[in-house]
Amino acid sequence: MTAGAAPAHAPSPPRRAWVEQIMGMPVSVHLRGPAALGDTAAGLVAAVFDHLRHVDAVFSTYRPESDVTRLNRGDVRLDACHPWVGEVVTLCAEATARTGGWFDARLPAPGGGTWFDPSGLVKGWSVEAASRWLADVDDADFCLNAGGDVVVGIATADAGPWRVGIEDPGDVSRVLAVVEAWAGGVATSGRARRGLHIVDPRSGAPATGLQSATVVGPSLMWADVYATAMVAGGRESVDWLGGLDGYEAMVVTDTSEVLATAGWRQGQPEALPAVVPGGHRQDRI
Amino acid sequence: MRRILVAVASTVCGVVALFSYRTSTMGAAARPSAATAPPGPVPSPTGAAAARPWTGAGSSTGADSPSASPTTPTTAAGGGSASSGGAATTVNGTAVATRWSTVQVQVRVSGGRLVDVAALSLPDSSNRDFSINGRAVPVLRQEALSAQSAKIDTVSGATVTSRGYISSLQAALDAAHLGG
Repeated sequence: MTAGAAPAHAPSPPRRAWVEQIMGMPVSVHLRGPAALGDTAAGLVAAVFDHLRHVDAVFSTYRPESDVTRLNRGDVRLDACHPWVGEVVTLCAEATARTGGWFDARLPAPGGGTWFDPSGLVKGWSVEAASRWLADVDDADFCLNAGGDVVVGIATADAGPWRVGIEDPGDVSRVLAVVEAWAGGVATSGRARRGLHIVDPRSGAPATGLQSATVVGPSLMWADVYATAMVAGGRESVDWLGGLDGYEAMVVTDTSEVLATAGWRQGQPEALPAVVPGGHRQDRI
Repeated sequence: MRRILVAVASTVCGVVALFSYRTSTMGAAARPSAATAPPGPVPSPTGAAAARPWTGAGSSTGADSPSASPTTPTTAAGGGSASSGGAATTVNGTAVATRWSTVQVQVRVSGGRLVDVAALSLPDSSNRDFSINGRAVPVLRQEALSAQSAKIDTVSGATVTSRGYISSLQAALDAAHLGG
């Protein structure tokens, strides 16, 4: 495999970053390669941010005028909402089924009862969709990081994979491991930054057992759904995730143990799992 | 046996203490010759005006660079002064060594929204910055090498809020490349 880093003395490819706050989180785009500094690339990056802002306007549970807020209030029916909402409702149902109920968009509402809050799926869904703009940048690799969820693509042969550090939930100034990714998503869910913000849908109580779960795989949306489900499900979810094709996970337990699925290569960072172009994980060596 | 859990010893995982140099970095920042600024809120407008733009230009306005603010939302004030609107606050982040350079992020917040992100300390590839760093360079360079061992491009972590962003490693990784 020629996945190694560029020769030590090769000049670094041009690289540029953009950052905006959307959906209440920092969203950064990095482009790497000859096209990274061009106007075409800048225009496509702007399209990424525009897409995410549009999604936020439709789905935000914080915006009184969003489709989802009005749906929860009973002001509109689903068929009167933006077509995206129906698509997401369907995906949320599939996510609940795939995770055996660990993921559920029907969450406790602030005023009691339950409401439809698809935020846990919309984030990965929208970021993955937005990243398709970046796949159109010829001659530049992309790395899109939205609040700690990452989707990458490689278009050049020069720079090797993107190296994604996995944050230590107990000390966010450290990374626990590094994933080398060529394409696909890396998603981490946990309680480190927002307190107990994931609820176990089965009990309605804040999830316990895992401080964080990181999932890598071909789709950022599913990686994010699975990571959220794992934090809700606790330790036993590692075994469950290990049975899914194409996805691997690393978790940090409440007692700071680090566990991983069998396909998650342990050892030096270079040996950790890579996601290869075309959206399929590298076969285990 | 893919269902077998693999306990990954943290030492085997290669735990990298990326921020262990923070103390020395901040110490360096206190020296008169340092290029970094004290972390925390910046009195406006003098603090904001003193911030160098991340375009790499030596001027303090960046007005000569039309590509200077490709992602600045339209709500951001054009200049360093926060007088318009009255609610904008400028905050300096912690100086952080990355694989490429030591960088420090400065953000402007208005009405609870992050409206601008700038890098106070530019990558070492800028000759101008190299000289400005002065005597702080040897220490920072040594510490940057230890961070370099991780060689990461980005960070995956539990939901990063805008409040936590300023002091995050991701912010430093972004700042190292803002403006190309």
